[in-house]
Amino acid sequence: MNEPGDNTQREQITTKIWREESEPDNPFAASACYCSGYDVYGDLLGKISLIEYIWLLFKLEPPSKTQAQLLESLAVALANPGPRDHSVRAAMNAGVGGSTRASALMAAIAVGAGNLGGSREVYTAMQYWQQCGINLEAWLEIIANPPTDERTDVWPEMEHTPGFDPHGASCPTPVKQLLAHLSALSNGGCLSWLDNNRQALEKQAEIPLTYSGVAAATFFDLGFEPEQAEIIYLFLRLPGAAAHALEQEKTGFRQYPFFANGLTLTNDPGPVARHE
Amino acid sequence: MNKQHQTPSGPTLLKQCEDNWQTDMGAIFFGERAVLRGKDVLEELGQHHWMEYMVFAVTGRESKSLARLIEAIWVISTSYPDPRLWNNRVAALGGTTRTTGALAVTAASAVSEATTYGLKTSKGAIDLLYRFKDKIDSGHHLEELINLELKQNRVVWGYGRPLASGDERIVPLMCLARSLGCGNGPFVKLAFQIGEYLSRSRYKYQINISAVAAGLLADEGLSTNEFYYVAALSFVGGIFPCYVDAATHKEGTFFPLSTGRIKYKGSSSTRKWHTPGD
Repeated sequence: MNEPGDNTQREQITTKIWREESEPDNPFAASACYCSGYDVYGDLLGKISLIEYIWLLFKLEPPSKTQAQLLESLAVALANPGPRDHSVRAAMNAGVGGSTRASALMAAIAVGAGNLGGSREVYTAMQYWQQCGINLEAWLEIIANPPTDERTDVWPEMEHTPGFDPHGASCPTPVKQLLAHLSALSNGGCLSWLDNNRQALEKQAEIPLTYSGVAAATFFDLGFEPEQAEIIYLFLRLPGAAAHALEQEKTGFRQYPFFANGLTLTNDPGPVARHE
Repeated sequence: MNKQHQTPSGPTLLKQCEDNWQTDMGAIFFGERAVLRGKDVLEELGQHHWMEYMVFAVTGRESKSLARLIEAIWVISTSYPDPRLWNNRVAALGGTTRTTGALAVTAASAVSEATTYGLKTSKGAIDLLYRFKDKIDSGHHLEELINLELKQNRVVWGYGRPLASGDERIVPLMCLARSLGCGNGPFVKLAFQIGEYLSRSRYKYQINISAVAAGLLADEGLSTNEFYYVAALSFVGGIFPCYVDAATHKEGTFFPLSTGRIKYKGSSSTRKWHTPGD
């Protein structure tokens, strides 16, 4: 065992993000915290926006004004997927049953992590962007012949083109509004290319673009890695899940769908004689 | 825009499914009974051991011996109660911060779906055995398959172990498996053959418990997904004690870190924030 305060031989957490100085009377309390060199409580507080701080945490450098605006617009668009969304429904199920509030967010994260509208879809779509960039021929090819791995993974296989809605009819108005807004903000790049080529891609995929696809293009335009995009997308969608979970907690399960007549058991054996 | 398939798709499919879930898996009839896979839970399954029920739920098979084997694999391979192990440590951190037992244990369980250990390794191991067996049956040589796997993926799931060179769990598990009449099937043999080759290779990888468990349960006919599902909660035997232990120690005392334990390797020295411009 080391002497108290002697950290020379102790294992350490290595980080490029965070540095702390300790209070003179307590090595377990920080007197100053620095995020990539910036004094969080002595300098950033009051100057930096939440979006700029999130950017700094992941990129270790400040965003430009345009980059911050793009990420902020995406964050607003994603903040509440609405109460019909699978991840928000998961959170509301925690709410109506009186579950812990943490479980509501854990449920939203778990359900919102998947291949259908979730963060894994964004991750996979980001890989498509890395592979195809703004080359339409490459996109058409990868949509027609998606990459496969002989090995199975804990993640199920994608069942549709990532970034597109397998149950869509045409591209919904809000998706088009979001893409147009982000494309105008970004002034070129992938978002503008996607806006210009959306219909060609949709024709090839035979399904329309959706939010996860616009999110992936935005993250790619902003220079995020697929794993960064995956995890940022996850938490950007949590505010709505949280608000809806709390609302349903107050409203109660009696005013929440149970699908009482919605389930058909196709192999119901009927009542079985009771063993006494 | 949607293809005109024989089967409905797009919004038509969703309309068809609205308030319409057809299933042969199970349902509750409130105040009366519940059904799982066509069997009455109270009358036909109520006397089952919990693991037998779980095996039936996941695979549809009713087998006391399979349940016993899976239980043995759980106890021996995934239930170490050391709070330094990364998944267990999540539960211990939850205990020391006084979060709820369910939150800590489920978070730790989710963390067990890891790449360097845990579920990804387990699922990868059984997948590897099935792929290799198929190819060997069609004439490929084992050495060729292993070398290709290493070349393409730089990892052979089920072989090698972080922080250790050997795996002390293998002998007791194989003893127990043999006592249950298992352990001599083709997949277990294949698992050990791969281990033998790798241990002699320049990589010196040793077989780990994932490959043995995968071999044992492949020989019992579990599919890749079935093996993954029955393993999904297998770590809770080690996770729970770590939570209980930390929750009963004084709060906040589980491996506290002083500020000096952060080793800053960033390139930026202290600097002032300026509102970003274009």
